[in-house]
Formats: sequence, structure tokens, C-alpha cells
Amino acid sequence: MGRYVIRRLLQMVPVFIGSTFLIFFMVYALGDPVAALFGDKAPDPATAARIRQELYLDEPLWKQYGHYMGQILSGNFGTAFNGQKVTELMADAFPVTLRLTLVAILFEIVFGITLGVLSGLRRGRSADTTVLLLTLIVVSIPTFVSGYVLQYLFGVKWGIVSPSVSPEAPFDELLLPGMVLALTSLAYVTRLSRTSIAENSRADYVRTAVAKGLPRRRVVTRHLLRNSLIPVVTFIGTDIGALMGGAIVTERIFNIHGVGFQLYQGILRQNSPTVVGFVTILVIVFLMANLLVDLLYAVLDPRIRYA
Amino acid sequence: MRGATRARWAVCALSAALAATAAGCGGGGGGSGVVRASWGDPQNQLEPANTNEVQGGKVLAMIFRGLKRYDPRSGAAENMLAEKIETADQQNFTITLKDGWTFSNGEKITSKSFVDAWNYAALVDNKQKNASFFEYVDGYDKVHPSSGRATAKTLSGLAVKDDKTFTVKLRTKFSTWPDTLGYAAYAPLPRAFFDDHAAWLQKPVGNGPYVIDSYAKGSAMKLTRWDAYPGDDKARNSGVELRVYTDNNTAYTDLQAGNLDLVDDIPSAQLKNAKADLGDRYINQPAGIIQTLVFPMYDPNWSKSGTEKVRRGLSMAINRQQITDQIYQKTRTPATDWTSPALGDQGGYKAGLCGDACTFDAASAKKLIQDGGGLPGGRITLTSNVDTGSHRVWMDAVCNSINSALGNDKACIVNPVGTFADFRNQISEQRLSNPFRSGWQMDYPLVQNFLQPLYYTDASSNYGKFSDPQFDKLVDEANAEGSQDAANAKFHDAEKILAREMPAIPLWYQNGSAGYSERVSDVTLNPFSVPVYEQIKVG
Repeated sequence: MGRYVIRRLLQMVPVFIGSTFLIFFMVYALGDPVAALFGDKAPDPATAARIRQELYLDEPLWKQYGHYMGQILSGNFGTAFNGQKVTELMADAFPVTLRLTLVAILFEIVFGITLGVLSGLRRGRSADTTVLLLTLIVVSIPTFVSGYVLQYLFGVKWGIVSPSVSPEAPFDELLLPGMVLALTSLAYVTRLSRTSIAENSRADYVRTAVAKGLPRRRVVTRHLLRNSLIPVVTFIGTDIGALMGGAIVTERIFNIHGVGFQLYQGILRQNSPTVVGFVTILVIVFLMANLLVDLLYAVLDPRIRYA
Repeated sequence: MRGATRARWAVCALSAALAATAAGCGGGGGGSGVVRASWGDPQNQLEPANTNEVQGGKVLAMIFRGLKRYDPRSGAAENMLAEKIETADQQNFTITLKDGWTFSNGEKITSKSFVDAWNYAALVDNKQKNASFFEYVDGYDKVHPSSGRATAKTLSGLAVKDDKTFTVKLRTKFSTWPDTLGYAAYAPLPRAFFDDHAAWLQKPVGNGPYVIDSYAKGSAMKLTRWDAYPGDDKARNSGVELRVYTDNNTAYTDLQAGNLDLVDDIPSAQLKNAKADLGDRYINQPAGIIQTLVFPMYDPNWSKSGTEKVRRGLSMAINRQQITDQIYQKTRTPATDWTSPALGDQGGYKAGLCGDACTFDAASAKKLIQDGGGLPGGRITLTSNVDTGSHRVWMDAVCNSINSALGNDKACIVNPVGTFADFRNQISEQRLSNPFRSGWQMDYPLVQNFLQPLYYTDASSNYGKFSDPQFDKLVDEANAEGSQDAANAKFHDAEKILAREMPAIPLWYQNGSAGYSERVSDVTLNPFSVPVYEQIKVG
């Protein structure tokens, strides 16, 4: 187990270097950001040259990348154009997005798995058909539609919640955005767990458990559910990474100043320290989430062992 | 994460204790008398000479007052901190300050506060984006050479006489120069700016009707009324809370929900509903912004003689009225000259200087273009960034208008560019060989600001490299005129040359639009489309 973890951690190093370089290269390929800083006016050449020099933009790409990686290894993620350190931006943005992700994941787990188990156990009956139909509808509606509609209904029409989230972003204000963010994944989790439960309920070990005379409740929770959750856990694990970085649309709709907001701002202004810095952290989050998922397999299914 | 939340509360409590006010912690609310307004994250640090966009400009308009101030209604430049600005030869100016002005930290404002600030702004080492505003001052080429190191630290044209007087020597005659001094880049700066720059940037200190209470970069700024403000434009509300929105649709929704008092950027998709939703709480008024299509005069295809007919013909082929009505819901007005109605008569606006060339007439357009030898290469391409401002939509409409006037489906095509930065680079590297969009937002309400930087030979923002000796001569003469009326007349003559040569097609004047809640009243936009915060009344 220990050796497996170390091997996985070592594999992360090339993935990390490769992905940061790719992102750095892509932001670089967008072109020179300095001209846009001057708005409709033509940039004053002397000032523009000084700004380029300060940001190392006058060096060739490989030198810029080397310089940037050197900075990162010493904990310096550079500065955004408005003078804020990227580490400061991260300290502001990541807790907010983490809270949002937590709310979304909770929605997925509680509602997704419950609905999935219910419809899986009642396969083919009306409850199952209803759930399937509902998930189909949810999957086919894009986030920005459900976001704006729910925001208008809850925020303006009924006035139950505030349409936007304050900069502090406490949990109670994140309930609606969290739900919007979770909706699509929730539908997938429902469908995944339904199929898995439906399949496994015909498995030999379930028949054995029933034949042993175990109470139905114990058969479902201890035997059936535990084995059926493996694909669901895989999905939720990768979803954590996706939700942390992919909340750009939801964060914009509800004006949440999280990772998506900073990434959007960084891309629009072509500020490579912001974009690369945030994506670097997201890459790490992704890798760790994947590792965690793999380790969870062993907990859920005793047959899986890592040497 | 719980730790993070707790830490935030601790910081909040601490700052509340220090500022001796409990307002501001715990989000939402906004105390009584506070205007809650939408905001965008300023692109640059909030230094007066480094702020060149509207979001940072909003803050500077609240916390700074300069020698002059533009009247929020008429746009006329009026003395603010200046007692008088005198000149005998339109080149050497003596500026006398009024008594009794201080910064909000108590420091007296002297002529040194101005001279130090201007020297800081002009010095190339300080990388101020508005440095070029000081290019008219003598000695600018020493502190801001176009390449290499500065050979002087201060502008030789500036001299402090005493606490209340200083003199300015310009490189050339520029009669209306005093009227440019209302621009934020000319604001005075306190010693704190130079002594502890980092701390000043965290919480800028100025001399305007508001003081900054707290500034959380990227999310919100709270300003309170400065009760000891010496000017006569004191704030009529107890403070302003600026909230950063990334999506103006959300800001509009917040306004509808009563969560926000003022939105100064109505999303284009909502323009149709805004009138119905807000009634007379919807503002739509001229701002000092014009959109043009600039021809690349550096390209021989466009600069050879005869092509002015093609350029004029293209201008006549555009049905401006239809486009502004249908796409922009009348938040743009068809342009009839190269300036802006926001200038007013005094600033030098005169409607109709473009004449027939800006009036839609498909038949004459077709004839003119044929007389001029047809479109270079048989067709033209329009280029603009399309990430903001519904640019894609109007470009398609303009092309349709040209195509139907010429009876040729392939006469005009659109070249959308993904980001503003990329678009800017293509322009500055002169990679475009066909007309491209150019928007211009005035810095000060003078006709000079719409003409000289854009069409004077080798001027800073003359992207198309238009050059006409007669135009240059008229601009020089206008700048040397003693009275503003005489100067304006010369500028109007210069505009007539633009109408003949058509180096850029005027498309439309842009309006400022805003909406406000029932909680506030007396909301107006100034000619720069920035809300006049200090006049807003709450309740």
C-alpha cells in the first residue's frame, strides 16, 4: 500500500511539469497582453517596454517558463496586473470554491445515491420511470439556463434568497448555486447507482445473503450498496476536480468570487501568472482526488489489494 | 476551511474596531444612506496616472479632485482647486491654487503636491500608463525617452514658485491645455503616496468628497462621506459600496431583487426590457464615446488618390439609423461628425460636419465606389474584437448594409478577433489591410481630444497612419488660438478635411446607460458615463 502511494506520487511529477508547460504555452500563444492594458489608446512604447521587461515578456518562451517554474518552487506565484499576489488571490478564491464544491458534492451524494437506490430497487416500475425521465430532463438543460431560471425564480420572483452571493460566501448563500452546480452530476450519479444496483441485485452474493435469512435492510446497505458504489465513487472523485475548476459558469451567474472568477479574469486579461498558478493547483487537486478514489476502492471492495 | 472563515471574522472585527464603525462586516445590508453600486475589478493599480479605464475611474472620481472639474451636466471645465490659470502666450502657464484644501489625512495641498505627482507620472521608471498625458510639458523627452534610460528625474517645464503657485512651460502652444486638467491623471498626491507606496495602494488617500473605508481587491470597496471635505460638491449620501460583478446580467438581477441600488452597465440583452422594468429609473444619455471604422492608410491600396471616393461611398452605404435602432435599442446615435454630442457647444461639438458622406444613400454609394475604382481587391473585410460590446452583431449588420447597397453578396465580410489583446496587437503591428473598428472614449471634453490624438500625423493613437498637411496645420492653428470659440472654428474646418478624405468612417455615438432602485434618487451620469455618486440621495 505504502509503496503504491509513493509510486503514484512520483508519477505525478511528470504530469505536473507537462501540464503546467502546456498551459503556459497556451496562454503565451494568445499573444502579448500589454497592448490591451492601454485600452483604446495606443500603448506608449517606452512604458510598454518597461512593463514587458518587468513581466519577463521580452524573453523567449523557454526562458519565461524556466523563470516562472523557479519562482513557483520558491513559493512565489507572481502577481496579477492589479498588483495583487497570485497567492493572495488563491487564498481568497479557493476556500470559496471549496465550500461551493462541498455543497454540490453533498447534494450529489444525498439525493443522487438515494434516488439511484430507490429506482434501482424498483426497476421497471413507475417510480423508476419517473426518476429516469427527470434525470433525462436535467441532463439536457445546460447549467446557464437552469442557473438563470432558478436565480430569477428564487431570487427575484419569490424573493426567498439573494440572487447573488456576498464576497464572504457563507454556506447558506451557497445552497442555491451549489444545487445548480450539482444538478447535471446529480443526474449522472442517480443513473450510475441505479444501473449498478439493478445489476448487482441479481448477483450470487446477494442471493446468498437473502438465503441466509438476513434482513432486507442489511442486505441492501451492507452487501448490495457497498459493492454497487464503486463506479459512483469513481465518478464523484473525478467530479470534485471538475467542480473545483469547472464552476466558471455557475460562479459568474451567482457572482461568486471563486476560482472560476479568477480564471475568467486571468484569461480575459491574458495574465499568465494567474491562469497558470490556478490551473497548477487544480492539476494537483485532480491528481490527489484520483489517488484518493483508487485508495477508496480497496476500502469498498476487499478483493482489490494494492501491492 | 472553518479556520479560514474564522480568520475572516477576526480580520473583520479588527478592522471594524480600528475604523470605529461596525458597518461592513457580515455582508448584505449596506447601512442606511449607503448607495450600493455595481463595479468591475479595476485592471490596474489605483494610481491616478495609472488608471485608464472606467472602473478605476469611478473610484478616482470619488476620492480625487484636480485643478479643474468637468461639470457633470454640461461637461464644461470649471476651476476646482485652481484659483486661476493664466497665460500670455498660450505656452507658459501660471497656476494659482485656492486656499483651504487638504487631503483627507489632513495634509495641506500645496503646489508641490501637484508638481511631485506630475513628475512621478511622467517618469518612465514608474511605468504609469497615462504618462503620455504629460508629453505636452517641456522636458518630457528627458524623463520619458522613447527608448533607453531617463536622463532627468523631473520635468524641466514645471517650477514651484511658492506654496500656492507653480508654473508650467509647454513644448508648443496649446491654448486649451488648462481645460485638460480635469483628467484624473493630473490629480495632486499626498506625501504618503511617495513615502509608503505599498500602504497607499492598499488604501488610497485623496482629496475628494469620499474616503476609502475598506478595499477588498477583486470583490468590494466601501467609501464613506468625508465630512470635512472643503469643496462645494459634498456627498449627499453617507457612503458608497462598490460591489464587483463579473456578469452584468447578475448585477441587473440584483437590482430587480432590490439587492443593489445602481447598475451602470445594462446588459445588451436586457435593453429591450429595461424601459419596462425600470420606467424612469432607466437612464440613457450621450457619453463621450464614438465608434469608427478606420482605414489602414499605410496600405497603398487605400492611400492612392481616388480611393477617398471609395471610402466616402462605403460610409454612405451604411444604414446607421437602422442598426442603432434595431441592434442597440437607441443606446447608440448615428454619428454625423468625428467627435461627440457630450462635448456640448462649448467643447466644440457641431452636428452634421460629415455632411452627405454620413447619410445613408445606397445609389450614390454604389456610384461613388465605382467612380473611385471599386473596392480594392473586389471586396473588403471588417475587423474587430468580439469579446465585448456586441461587436460581432453590428459588423454583420454593416456588411449586410454595404452588400445590399452594392448588390453584391461578397463585397463585405467580417473578420472577428477573439480577444481585445490580440486585436490590439494586430492593429499596432499594422497587420490589417482593411478597415477595422476603433472606439474612442474622451479623456477631457474638448474637440481637440477627438481629433489630434487620432488623425494628426504620427499622433499616438493614429492607427491608420492618416496624414494630411492641411489638417495638421489647422490643428496647430487651433491650438494657438486665444479663445475657445476661435479654436473650435479651426477644429471644425479640420473636420471638414476628414469629411473629404474619410480616413475613418464615423459610425455612432455611444450612450451611457444605467438603472437604479427606488431607494435612491438624483442619479445622473457624467459625460464620461460615470455615475455622479456624490449627488445621489438615499431614501
